Amino acid sequence: MSNDLSPKERMAIDRVHMPELPADERSTNFEEVNLGLSADQALSEAQRCLQCKTRNCVAGCPVGVSIPEFIDALACDDLPKAAKILRGDNALPAVCGRVCPQETQCEALCVRGKKGDAVAIGYLERYVADWAMLHPDRLLKEAKPEATGKSVAVVGCGPAGLTAAGELARMGHQVTIFEALHDTGGVLRYGIPEFRLPKEIIDREVAVLAELGVTIECNVIIGKTLTVAELSEDYDAVFIANGAGLPTMLNIPGENLKGVYAANEFLTRVNLMEAGRREDSATPILQRDEVAVIGGGNTAMDCVRTARRLGAKRAMIIYRRGEAEMPARIEEIKHAKEEGVEFIMLTAPLAIVGTEDGWVSALRCQKMELGPADDSGRRRPQPVADSEFDIPAGIVINAVGTNANPLLTATAPDLKLNKWGNVVADEEGQTSIPGVFAGGDIVRGGATVILAMGDGKRAAAAIDQYLKR
Amino acid sequence: MFEVVSNEILAENLHKMVLVAPRIAKARKAGQFVMVRLAQGEERIPLTIGDADPAAGTITLFIQAIGASTRKIVSTPVGGFIRDVAGPLGKETHITNWGRVVCVGGGVGTAVLFPLVKALAEAGNEITTIIGGRSERYVILADELGALSKNLLITTEDGSLGYKGFVTGPLSEMIADPARAPQAVFAVGPVPMMKAVANLTREPGIETIVSLNPIMIDGTGMCGGCRVQVGSETKFACVDGPEFDAHLVDFDGLSDRLTSYRKEEAARHAAEGCKLAKEVAK
Ligand SMILES: Cc1cc2nc3c(=O)[nH]c(=O)nc-3n(C[C@H](O)[C@H](O)[C@H](O)COP(=O)(O)OP(=O)(O)OC[C@H]3O[C@@H](n4cnc5c(N)ncnc54)[C@H](O)[C@@H]3O)c2cc1C
Ligand SMILES: Cc1cc2nc3c(=O)[nH]c(=O)nc-3n(C[C@H](O)[C@H](O)[C@H](O)COP(=O)(O)OP(=O)(O)OC[C@H]3O[C@@H](n4cnc5c(N)ncnc54)[C@H](O)[C@@H]3O)c2cc1C
Ligand code: SF4
Ligand code: SF4
Ligand code: FES
Ligand SMILES: [Mg+2]
Repeated sequence: MSNDLSPKERMAIDRVHMPELPADERSTNFEEVNLGLSADQALSEAQRCLQCKTRNCVAGCPVGVSIPEFIDALACDDLPKAAKILRGDNALPAVCGRVCPQETQCEALCVRGKKGDAVAIGYLERYVADWAMLHPDRLLKEAKPEATGKSVAVVGCGPAGLTAAGELARMGHQVTIFEALHDTGGVLRYGIPEFRLPKEIIDREVAVLAELGVTIECNVIIGKTLTVAELSEDYDAVFIANGAGLPTMLNIPGENLKGVYAANEFLTRVNLMEAGRREDSATPILQRDEVAVIGGGNTAMDCVRTARRLGAKRAMIIYRRGEAEMPARIEEIKHAKEEGVEFIMLTAPLAIVGTEDGWVSALRCQKMELGPADDSGRRRPQPVADSEFDIPAGIVINAVGTNANPLLTATAPDLKLNKWGNVVADEEGQTSIPGVFAGGDIVRGGATVILAMGDGKRAAAAIDQYLKR
Repeated sequence: MFEVVSNEILAENLHKMVLVAPRIAKARKAGQFVMVRLAQGEERIPLTIGDADPAAGTITLFIQAIGASTRKIVSTPVGGFIRDVAGPLGKETHITNWGRVVCVGGGVGTAVLFPLVKALAEAGNEITTIIGGRSERYVILADELGALSKNLLITTEDGSLGYKGFVTGPLSEMIADPARAPQAVFAVGPVPMMKAVANLTREPGIETIVSLNPIMIDGTGMCGGCRVQVGSETKFACVDGPEFDAHLVDFDGLSDRLTSYRKEEAARHAAEGCKLAKEVAK
């Protein structure tokens, strides 16, 4: 097949709609919401791409995926080629196709978006990656690299660590990943719920690494079980990718009441430990009719949609600013609304109110209004006088953010940190210790999957250079 | 996978278990703990590292079987495996030579106390250990702790061994006697016991350290579930603790949060009990 439509013909095609589970059905289970495109849909969407010489879209992708090229291969029905192009640029395409905030990245710069709808780059990426997972035998074989005899320790099995490990293994280095938890994936496993990212996808990505000869050792906490100094002694280089870490507390009264969760705890119980997802799960989770989630990012959306699936009749988002200011992906907001989540905007929490025996009963709030824009360009919310009110809630979840993780850095005195406790690393991931590199959320603070992966990729290249010296 | 090399019953529902965990055995210090998950699908629970033998590559856990997870863990036979053991976690105990130190242990806290007493004795402290239990049957590790201490005092609620009453009895006597009053007190056990000890030592201003046991999930600072109020600050016990200045801890808050899942735990305990009974009947 060829991809030789005229621009006019391309322009005439409408953007595809992702098939979804019906909202009333999915809001009671953890099945993936987006079902994936059919072959016809993918082909038609691929034909919408104008194959621009300027490649605007590529500039919007933090890892520079060769977007027009993989889409062209897809439009020519050459899936093995599309998969190969994608893989070359992006180690976890099945993940990114699902969770990248495309509307602010690649798709934001797509020329078709100027008049009408951008090409659904994320959906196409997912389509190709899912096809590749199901057809391992049809993929173009990778040449097995020659062993270099060098070894690299990777700390953390999230997207940054997984990406770096894959790249380094493909360069012929012997890689060992050390992971603190009992399972792989980092936030992809314990944070992002199955209805957005099935665990099977992570398992498959991890299996690919195993095939490349990467060793993964779970239950090893760097900074505790072993130190960075010990790794530096035993390995030729180290890549630190231990993620963001500690939840930021709200510091309002009532935060220690029973029924108040930090987002990470709520999500970890449900995602990593299967609480509430398996009838007889060993790890417990509270289930209440009214759940208030504080925050407006992806984490908040994941919490509120999870609470809904665990049976909350009222699952609510409480956010200080307006809906337009919410940092969550647009698709998550749309899905949450369809699932019956209530959005209580311009509302800030003042206190968590409890019963006599220590359980949460309500979230005390204050109305806000948007004032003039602040330094970040966002309009700063300010309280409306005498506007306090209570929202009844049996569970309150704090999803306002995280601070840097101090476990590893506490025992690595030579590792330079910034004032927030994040590891200082240059563009290539080089830290203040020779041979020790870092990337992902531990360097950036809470960011995105694709930025973490980009860091892993650049650091792997820098490590390779370092090892060749 | 972590192999169980011994599993001894010290008292009713109290097991001493030795596991092969060479890296942890080498790295651990007094006061630290591990997160244990028996098998796929099981809970992650925190357990103090009671002792370690770096040469043999083993760690010792003292486990009180009180609920579904601990009961399953203690029923792992010698030669069996525990899937996940991660650590050592938490800060190590701050050990110095205070002079006269009293170490107070109650229930399974007595076992948690063991590595502390050992480290304090090695630092040259003169130690009085006070351990308590409901009755003689529940008093554990008396010989081991006695060997490390200058004095060992035992209390039982029913008077079947040692002093009749609570551990606070002999402690308050010592505090009242200028010749025996300690410079520091370590207390590990049920929350009400630690609170009572803190109340005794607050007035005379004796430095008092307690090891807290809030509900933990990851044990690495990631989830915030183990938070406790210490003075004006919210602390994560798994990274900032588990040991804290007893005079600053909000014990009532800790007690209350520990009951968060009572209903769910009771249900699981009953369900696992039924399963066990059915298997026995087969
Ligand atoms: C709920 C939630 C939803 C999100 N949704 C999106 C989304 O839709 N799209 C998007 O792009 N981004 C999203 N993000 C952000 C994204 O997940 C992160 O930016 C990304 O995972 C960072 O990757 P990382 O590899 O740096 O760290 P992580 O994914 O945090 O992985 C770090 C790993 O290191 C391990 N570790 C920590 N300390 C140690 C140690 N001392 N020794 C050994 N191992 C250690 C951790 O257990 C973890 O497995 C979301 C985040 C959350 C929390
Ligand atoms: C730092 C630390 C060190 C500890 N050391 C020891 C030790 O050396 N030996 C020992 O026997 N016990 C120790 N504990 C307590 C032990 O973790 C709990 O008894 C155990 O988790 C109970 O689990 P279960 O499923 O058997 O009982 P459940 O019936 O589920 O719970 C019984 C009670 O245990 C507490 N608990 C439940 N889940 C947890 C959890 N995830 N984390 C902490 N507490 C929980 C609650 O108060 C609960 O009501 C320690 C706890 C902490 C925090
Ligand atoms: S990785 Fe993310 S930003 Fe890049 S092309 Fe794919 S979806 Fe777009
Ligand atoms: S900008 Fe849009 S239309 Fe142009 S090549 Fe990229 S995806 Fe295709
Ligand atoms: S157990 Fe999760 S932060 Fe301490
Ligand atoms: Mg339990």
